[in-house]
Amino acid sequence: MFPIMLEVLQTLPGLLMYGMIFLSLFFQVFLLITFLENKDKINKETSEEATSFPRVSITVPCYNEERSVVKTVNSLLALDYPKNKLKVIVVDDGSTDATWEVVQRFKDHPQVDIYHKENGGKHTAVNYGLERTDATFVGCLDADSFVAKDALKSIMKYFRDPEVMAVTPAIKIYNPKSIISKIQNVEYILSIFIRKMLGMMDAIQVTPGPFSIFRKKVFDTLGPYKQAYNTEDMEIAMRMHKHHMKIVNSHTASVYTLGPKTLRNLLKQRVRWIYGFLKNASDYREIFFRRKYGNLGLFTFPAAVISIFTGIYFLCYTIYSLIHLLLKKIVVIQTVGFNFTFNGFSVNWFFLDTQTTVFLVIVLFFVTLTFILLGSYITDQKARFPRGMLYYLPLYGFIAPIWLAKAVYNVALSRKAKWEKVN
Amino acid sequence: MHKVDLKKYLVAFIITGAIFTTAILLSNYFNNKRVADIRSIQDKISIDILSSETQFDLLKEIPCTNLDNSILSQELNSLAEKLTYMEKERPQNDSELLFLKRYYSLLEIKDYLLTKKISEQCGLKPVVIFYFYSNSGDCPLCEKEGYVLTYLRAEYPQLRIYSFDSQIDLSAVKTLASIYSLKSDLPALIIGGKATYGFKSIEDMEKLIPEIAKFKKEKALLESATSTKSTTTKKNVN
Repeated sequence: MFPIMLEVLQTLPGLLMYGMIFLSLFFQVFLLITFLENKDKINKETSEEATSFPRVSITVPCYNEERSVVKTVNSLLALDYPKNKLKVIVVDDGSTDATWEVVQRFKDHPQVDIYHKENGGKHTAVNYGLERTDATFVGCLDADSFVAKDALKSIMKYFRDPEVMAVTPAIKIYNPKSIISKIQNVEYILSIFIRKMLGMMDAIQVTPGPFSIFRKKVFDTLGPYKQAYNTEDMEIAMRMHKHHMKIVNSHTASVYTLGPKTLRNLLKQRVRWIYGFLKNASDYREIFFRRKYGNLGLFTFPAAVISIFTGIYFLCYTIYSLIHLLLKKIVVIQTVGFNFTFNGFSVNWFFLDTQTTVFLVIVLFFVTLTFILLGSYITDQKARFPRGMLYYLPLYGFIAPIWLAKAVYNVALSRKAKWEKVN
Repeated sequence: MHKVDLKKYLVAFIITGAIFTTAILLSNYFNNKRVADIRSIQDKISIDILSSETQFDLLKEIPCTNLDNSILSQELNSLAEKLTYMEKERPQNDSELLFLKRYYSLLEIKDYLLTKKISEQCGLKPVVIFYFYSNSGDCPLCEKEGYVLTYLRAEYPQLRIYSFDSQIDLSAVKTLASIYSLKSDLPALIIGGKATYGFKSIEDMEKLIPEIAKFKKEKALLESATSTKSTTTKKNVN
């Protein structure tokens, strides 16, 4: 028998580790196969042009967004789309700052309607906009995000398929300068690839607040947005899947979002996302492992839940190993002091760690790098590493489990997640 | 309507399984290579000892000048280091490891006997230390004692330190223990024929082995000599 097998069987934590690595690798392989199956189709989609320009209305819900809302609306007005077909509905959700004064500059603009309502939460603001339009296509753009000129055309071309009910964009971090923004920059590029693959297998679990476009029919049939643990954009996507409505992704429709600038706000945002996902997925738990909900039930939902626990477990395992190593070093120092016999940098292969897990983690690492390159390739047609790799690689694995653990903790205690401020 | 391609799940599963198997095989390959590496060192030591013994028998009275340590195998220390690493990496009851350790214990005893013979012949007084330890959890201080001995080995290669796993199933080791009527207290050290028990720090060892002070002086002298030499060379270059 292989000694390695003995090693595994001896300890449950080791066994759990192998199980989690196997599943993580399985998810990665599955996404890679999806890419290989669809790469021609994706290339074809990239070069396609929109041919028809139906009426679209975009709601911009804002709560205390005095600093970015003008830029958001201006980016919408600058969209390459027939002016008489595009309407922007700004809904001030009872802001306590100067948002309402700031948006007054658009009050006579023929493409913009501005409304003020009492504060009721983001979903009420978006629903408010939905009630005030009769356009065939509706969408929302968070007031902390800006669209690229060709984003709407890149999205609308997908609606040629009458089965497509919603299209999500490729979200990127706007002008990443701080370390926290740069880390998110890489993370978002990775998400672009993953979301595209999920789109190819009809298994997208979220229609993000920044610039997902829907057929109005969706809301006429399913009803308005719900509060949904402050993640109304996940709930609507799950509701759509439950009614077998198709959601696809436009990998070339670039939307830039500010993203939290401090670690504290990033943690808050992610706790809200993960908490919202777990709560909504629990409300829609019948989707899990049910073949009639396709890859969403068989792949996306299980993969998302498992990766949450894997992230937490990996960090605990790493911290445990580091503490173990540190304690050993302390014993050595206590015993022989700092009298290490320093034998230079001549590393003997004999003492290198060649455990199975080491090889597998190397594979996981390189596949992740490949995904990041592919994300960059499909959205910008250039495979290059985005800014922030140097921060993302060493730090993300340590930061992400913090919000994962916090969200799981909150779910266990049924603590509600709050909205964070981005600026 | 949602569609599912179950074949794709199967293919992904098979590919994942294949990657997993490759990783296991690769890890196993390196483990085997380690064993092979240790075996080849052991064979080399075995030949060294045999050759020295033969040389000794042939000449009966080999000239003791120039003899010193060179006739004794220098590989035992590196073997000790590698075996210690493997003891940590592998499960305690790994048959491969047990075999290597038994072989190692035998080589140590052989080396000790040869050392004794040569020193009697040539009037040398090597410092011989026997160390008995256990890895099966009944000796919490053995790990620390191991660090002390690793340090001493590296610092003073003149010391001939022989370590034995007290649990090892080898009659030669048992005989050795019985010669010094060793008790079961661990860690146990036999220094200059006298058994001591319990953890001994570097300072304790320096007290127990007065020769260490001499080695220290020699080393300092050698170091200052080399540094003077290097400065002189530098000057010459300038």
